[in-house]
Amino acid sequence: MTMQTVGRPTRPEDVQPLDSGFASLTGGRGLLQDEALIFERDGWGKTGVDLPAVDAAADDLGDLVRTSPIGLPGLSEPEAMRHYVRLSQKNHAIDLALYPLGSCTMKHNPRLNEKMARLAGFADLHPMAPLPTIQGALTLMDRLSHWLKTLTGMPAVALSPKAGAHGELCGLLAIRAAHEAKGDPRRRVLVPTSAHGTNPATAAFVGYSVTEIAQTDDGRVDLADLEAKLGPDVAAIMVTNPNTCGLFERDIIEIARLTHAAGAYFYCDGANFNAIVGRVRPGDLGVDAMHINLHKTFSTPHGGGGPGAGPVVLSEALAPFAPAPWVVHGPEGLTLVEETVEEAAQAFGRMSAFHGQMGMFVRAYAYMRSHGADGLRQVAEDAVLNANYIKARLSGVMTPAFPEGPCMHEALFDDSWLEGTGVTTLDFAKAMIDEGFHPMTMYFPLVVHGAMLIEPTETESKQELDRFCEALIALATAAKAGDVDRFKGAPYLAPMRRLDETLAARKPRLTWKPEPGVAPAPLAAE
Amino acid sequence: MRYLPLTPDDRAQMLGVIGAATIDDLFADVPAAARKSEPFDLPHHAGELEVERELSALAGLNRAAGAGPFFCGAGAYRHHVPATVDHIIQRSEFLTSYTPYQPEIAQGTLQVLFEFQTQVAALTGLDVANASMYDGSTACAEAVMMARRVTRRKRAVLSGGLHPHYAATTQTIAHAEGMDIVRQTVAIDAEAAVIEAIDSETACVVVQTPNVFGVATDVTAIAEAAHAAGALLIVVTTEAVSYGLLKSPGEMGADIAVAEGQSIGNALNFGGPYIGLFTCKEKLVRQMPGRLCGETVDADGRRGFVLTLSTREQHIRRDKATSNICTNSGLCALAFTVHLSLLGETGLRQLAAINHAKAQRLAKALAAIPGVEVLTKRYFNEIAIRLPGNATQMVEALLEDGIVAGVPFSRLDPAAGLDDVLLCAATETTLDEDIDAFAQALSRRIG
Repeated sequence: MTMQTVGRPTRPEDVQPLDSGFASLTGGRGLLQDEALIFERDGWGKTGVDLPAVDAAADDLGDLVRTSPIGLPGLSEPEAMRHYVRLSQKNHAIDLALYPLGSCTMKHNPRLNEKMARLAGFADLHPMAPLPTIQGALTLMDRLSHWLKTLTGMPAVALSPKAGAHGELCGLLAIRAAHEAKGDPRRRVLVPTSAHGTNPATAAFVGYSVTEIAQTDDGRVDLADLEAKLGPDVAAIMVTNPNTCGLFERDIIEIARLTHAAGAYFYCDGANFNAIVGRVRPGDLGVDAMHINLHKTFSTPHGGGGPGAGPVVLSEALAPFAPAPWVVHGPEGLTLVEETVEEAAQAFGRMSAFHGQMGMFVRAYAYMRSHGADGLRQVAEDAVLNANYIKARLSGVMTPAFPEGPCMHEALFDDSWLEGTGVTTLDFAKAMIDEGFHPMTMYFPLVVHGAMLIEPTETESKQELDRFCEALIALATAAKAGDVDRFKGAPYLAPMRRLDETLAARKPRLTWKPEPGVAPAPLAAE
Repeated sequence: MRYLPLTPDDRAQMLGVIGAATIDDLFADVPAAARKSEPFDLPHHAGELEVERELSALAGLNRAAGAGPFFCGAGAYRHHVPATVDHIIQRSEFLTSYTPYQPEIAQGTLQVLFEFQTQVAALTGLDVANASMYDGSTACAEAVMMARRVTRRKRAVLSGGLHPHYAATTQTIAHAEGMDIVRQTVAIDAEAAVIEAIDSETACVVVQTPNVFGVATDVTAIAEAAHAAGALLIVVTTEAVSYGLLKSPGEMGADIAVAEGQSIGNALNFGGPYIGLFTCKEKLVRQMPGRLCGETVDADGRRGFVLTLSTREQHIRRDKATSNICTNSGLCALAFTVHLSLLGETGLRQLAAINHAKAQRLAKALAAIPGVEVLTKRYFNEIAIRLPGNATQMVEALLEDGIVAGVPFSRLDPAAGLDDVLLCAATETTLDEDIDAFAQALSRRIG
C-alpha cells in the first residue's frame, strides 16, 4: 500500500518548536545518537574487509581501467556495525509495536522463515545452475504453486512477478495477450475510484486508457455505473476484494458475470487476500487473474520497502499466456520452461531475469506449512475479528466511514469527527507517534474525506489492541477538548520532529555532496 | 497456533463487544455461493521442527554453489558477503519495518537510502540514483520506458551482447507500450554495431558492459553517436563489482545506467530477491521511475530525510505516473550499502582486482586446452569459451566430475545458434585448485 499525499500538508508550518527548555549539547537524544552520514566520517581509505593481495595486473584491459577515484568511504567492522545499529534504532518496526497501516498488512514475520531462506541449498543456489542440482528448489516452487492454486481455486499460477504492482503488470499483460490472440485488441480498463494507485498506473503502463467506476454510498462498486461503462472496447476490470474501504464486494459474482458478458476479463487486486484466505476462493468469484502479495498474506518481511513478491493466479482462459519461466514435471524430474516457444508459444514474454523471488517463496512456503489449511482460515478470521473489534471500540469517539455492517480486515474512519477541532488527520496521525504507535494509512482511499484506514492484522493480542484503542480514545478526547498544540506540534518525542516534505521536493538533494569550498575527505594512501 | 495470540476466550469477549454472535456474522457480506465450507485438501498446521525438517530436506536436494568448483555467472555472481551484513539486515527495525512513509520514525531506513543513492551515483559516475528497482532486468526495461518519455520517440536499439533475459523483459514491457524494439543479432563482441542502427526516431540504445559474454567495451563512441542523433545511451551492467576496476558508465557518456546490484551484499538466492540499480543525469530526474529519498529539515531545523519527488509516482499520479512501481528492494539495498560501506573504495578496488585476476587465471587455464577457444578478449570476471561440442552436454558430463562448469549460452538463448558456447565466471570465492580441477576435467573430457 502506498501513502496518499493529495490534499495533505507536507510542510511543518504550523508546528510549534519544542519548548521544554531542555536540549542536549550534542544533538543526541538519550540513547539515540545524532548519527552522521558515512560520507561525513574521517579516513575514507579504511576498509572493513580483509582481502588477499593480488599480484596480477589488469594490463589486458588497457584504457578500460578506471583511473579516477570512485568517491566511496570505507568503515572498519566495528564502525559499520555501530553506524547501522544506531540508524536502525530510529525506525519503527512491527517487532516493536502495532503497525496499523491499512492495506499494507504489517503482521508478525516469523524468524523460522528467515532461517529457512538462509539454508545454503536455497541461499547459495545459482539460478542457472544445472537442472540436476536444483531439484529441491523446483520442488519447493511446485509445492508453493500447489498451495496457491488450491487456496485460490485457480488452475494456474505465474510465480515470477517481483512485487504486487509487478503482478498487476503480469496479469494485465496476460489479459492483453488473450485479447490480441482473439484478434480483438481492446483499449480500456475500468477501475473503481477507491482503487490503489498502482491499478490505473499499471493499466496505463500496458497501454490502456483508464475509466473510473463510481462507488455506492455503502462503499462498493456501483453496478449501474459499471454496466453503463462496460462495452466492446473494455479489456478488463480491476477490482480489489475485499476493497480498499475494508469491505467485501457483495455483488462480486454479478460484477464478474457482467464483465465476462462484455467479453472483458476480471483482474482482482489481491492485496487484501489475507482477509479471506481459507474462507473464500477467488476462483469461485469469477476472477481471471489475481496477484498475491507474499509479503502481506504470507508474512514475508517488508524490509523497509521491499523486496516483495507477487505471484499471479490465472484462470483457464488466461493460463496459456502466462510468462516464462515455469516448472514442469518431466521424465527425469522437474524442469523449467524458460523459452516462449513450442508448448509456451502463447506466453506473453518474460517479467524479469531468472525465476522470481525464490527467497520469498521459501519464506511464504514455510509460513503456509506452519499454519496449515486450518491455521490460514484462522488467520483470516482473527484479522477480521481484530478489525471489527477496533471499529467497535473506536466508533464512540471517531466516525466510521461505513458504520453499517461488519468490515473485513481493516476499519475505515473519516475525519468528520475532527470537524471544528482544528486538528487534521495528519496532525492526529503524528500525535499517535508520540504515544508509541505507527499511524494508520491516511488520506487513502481517496473516496473518503481525511481517511484513516486501520489494519491491525491477526498477529495482535487483545491486550495490545486494547492499549492501542485506549491511546486513540485518549487522543480523540484531547482533540475534542481543544488540546490543539499536542497535535499541531507532533511528533515531539520521535527521533525527529515533523519533516518538511515541500522543501525536499522544491530543492531536491538526492545525494550527499561535499560542502562548497570543503574538499572531500582524502583517500588514505594505499 | 504459535503465530496467533488470540485465545478462544478473547475471541468470545471480542465478539461480544462487536455485537456479533459468531465469526460467521462478520463474513455475512460474502455471497453464500462463495463461502468455502468444506476443508481444503492441504495439510494442517505444523510445528517449527516439522517445517524445518521438510525444508531442510528440500534444500538438501540442491547442490549449493559453495559445495565444490563452481563457475556460473551470466547475471548472478557468487561473492562472499561479510557476516556483519546479514546481522544488520536481520535487525528487527530494518527487517520488519514498512516503506518509510512516516519519516519521523523511519530515519534509519531513509538515511540508509540516502547513503545508498550516493554510493550508487558514485559507482556509476552519474548524478542521481533512485532507491532501487526490483532487479537489473526490470531496471533495464524501465530505463527504456524512461528514454521514451524523455525523447518522445518510440524506437529502442538493444545490442547483441545484452543479456537475453534483459532483452526479453524489455521487449515484453515495451511491446505493451507500443514501442519498436530492435534487438540486434546476438554477437560476442560487437557493441559498436548499434551505432549504425541509430536513426532520428531512436529514443535510446542499450549496451551492456561487461556484456553477457563477459566482454568489456568502451562505449564512449556509442554515446557520441547516440547524442548526435538526439538519442540516449543506456548502459547495463550485471556485475556491480566491475565498477571497482572498469571505467564507469558516466565517464563514458551514459545518460542512464542500470545494473544488477546482487553481487554486493546479496546472496545468489536462486535468482531473487535481487536489487536493480538505476542512475541518470540530473536533468532527467523528473522522468525517473521508482522511489527517491531526499534531504530536508524538521520543525526544529535538524537535517533529516524523506521520500521525495513523489508526484512522479503512482500513488499521486495514478494513470499519469512514470511507472507503476510501488515497492523498491529495500532490504537488498540495505545489504548493498552495508557491504559497500565495509569495502569502501579501497576494498572494492581490491575485490575487483582479485576477481579480474581469478578470471585471468581461468582464461589462461582453459585456453591451454586443445579444442577450447576463449572468445572473450577484454573481460572483468567472466569469459565465454567455445567447446568442440555441445556445451550443455559438457556441463552435464563435468557434473559427474563434481564440477559446475558454467552456464551454456543456449540455456539463455537457444535460438542464437551458439550451442557450443559456455559462459564461465570466477570470483574471489573461486580457489586456484577449483580452476585447476576444472581445466583438468575439461581437458580429459575433450581428449
